[in-house]
Amino acid sequence: MYAPEFDYHRAGSVAEAAELLSKHPDSKLLAGGHSLIPILKVRLASPSALIDIGRIDSLRGISSDGGTIRIGSLTTHAELASSEVLNVAATALSEAAGMIGDPAVRNRGTIGGNVAHADPASDLPAVLACLGAEFVISGPEGERTVGASDFFEGLMTTAVGEQDILTRIEVPASGPGEGSAYAKFAHPASRYAVIGAAARIASSGGTCTGASVALGGLVPAPVRAGAVEQALVGGPLTEESIAAASSAVADGLDDDEVLGDVYASAGYRKAVAHIWVRRAITAAAGRSG
Amino acid sequence: MKIPVSITINGRRYDRNVAPRLLLVHFIRDVLGLTGTKVGCDTSQCGACTVLLDGVSAKACTCLAVQADGTSITTIEGLAGDDGLHPLQESFWNKHGLQCGFCTPGMIMASHELLRCNPDPSAEEIRHGLEGNLCRCTGYQNIVRAVQDAAAGGSQ
Ligand SMILES: Cc1cc2nc3c(=O)[nH]c(=O)nc-3n(C[C@H](O)[C@H](O)[C@H](O)COP(=O)(O)OP(=O)(O)OC[C@H]3O[C@@H](n4cnc5c(N)ncnc54)[C@H](O)[C@@H]3O)c2cc1C
Ligand code: FES
Ligand code: FES
Repeated sequence: MYAPEFDYHRAGSVAEAAELLSKHPDSKLLAGGHSLIPILKVRLASPSALIDIGRIDSLRGISSDGGTIRIGSLTTHAELASSEVLNVAATALSEAAGMIGDPAVRNRGTIGGNVAHADPASDLPAVLACLGAEFVISGPEGERTVGASDFFEGLMTTAVGEQDILTRIEVPASGPGEGSAYAKFAHPASRYAVIGAAARIASSGGTCTGASVALGGLVPAPVRAGAVEQALVGGPLTEESIAAASSAVADGLDDDEVLGDVYASAGYRKAVAHIWVRRAITAAAGRSG
Repeated sequence: MKIPVSITINGRRYDRNVAPRLLLVHFIRDVLGLTGTKVGCDTSQCGACTVLLDGVSAKACTCLAVQADGTSITTIEGLAGDDGLHPLQESFWNKHGLQCGFCTPGMIMASHELLRCNPDPSAEEIRHGLEGNLCRCTGYQNIVRAVQDAAAGGSQ
């Protein structure tokens, strides 16, 4: 199907994109187009204009100063998946990016578009919530930085306002004794996440000294699994203790919030979520210590 | 609104004025008449429209023609050289990697990407790498054999 008609403007810089956004009410930013174009094709959105930010080179790429990894919003899923820096210091993120859709989707889709769109079935929001990422947003009042819990506000809503541009995402690099992983129950047709679990584990001599676990796919916006984290910290990272901690995940899920569809009901997702939580924690624990 | 674009396809440059909503796949098929590239769905999932955009695979139904301005694109028509079919085309033919052929141009372009990233893939890696391409006929078995054959230089 053809998208409704819209105007098109190409921005050469963030400042130019901001100016175009303010000049054209009801316009939308276009990055990789892999969420926006499908929506336009089925006419679920009809912006007056698209502001193409896809050629702003300053928004691209991954850099690290050792402590913090900075990821430009235009960095593609394929670049995340093959990044040596991320493979080592934010393993869950490169792992999750490599599980997105299919190779052609990963070649064009971007991290910024993925999180700004905030589809509950996306993979990256849960990973970034788990890793404690910060989101740098450029708006009419200047630049501001927002943590993951404030960034993801709800179903497809984020802290990115209509006049805002997400410029980069900052992820703390994992230190010695830390590892992270992502486990995904992928929808067999769409490849989107039915359940996604991200875990970051710190350990010392086989004992868990720190844990962060977040879930996506089955909730409107990513949530941390506090009960699982508490059950892990201070205990041994054995198969049994990880399985026991993972089973606490269902208690932390609000029944009214859990999403279901014809493929996987809310009750089913809630009942099996612990499996993916366990897999993510097990892999992260194996990479820690 | 019409936007001027200059897109190189299979080595030949095309300058046209296009509506912003025109998809790259419709530019290729309807404006230029290169109908090897197919449209199989409205949801970006079937891969029938796969082309190489600046050397890497892309779904031409999920890209606006204006986004492709200044890029260089290869479609199935551009794969064969003066000396005959591309090895992937030979292998899809020899291993019977198609029945109706509708998915084949996209399958071959996606296989091209797969072998670019992984020149010696296992059967499982081939299935994984072609996840974004759907075939309603073959059951995929012969497609996997065709890609293995191409990876082995046509010797299997
Ligand atoms: C077939 C298919 C399968 C997929 N499978 C998965 C999957 O398994 N897992 C998954 O996580 N995702 C999946 N996706 C979605 C994919 O990850 C998209 O690439 C991503 O969600 C959007 O990124 P984009 O660059 O294409 O954004 P666009 O589509 O260009 O933009 C998306 C939205 O974000 C806004 N936006 C974009 N960039 C910015 C910015 N810098 N600042 C502010 N707003 C911005 C746009 O205005 C728009 O509203 C799939 C997509 C397809 C087509
Ligand atoms: S036509 Fe189906 S993915 Fe492009
Ligand atoms: S050969 Fe018919 S769809 Fe693949």
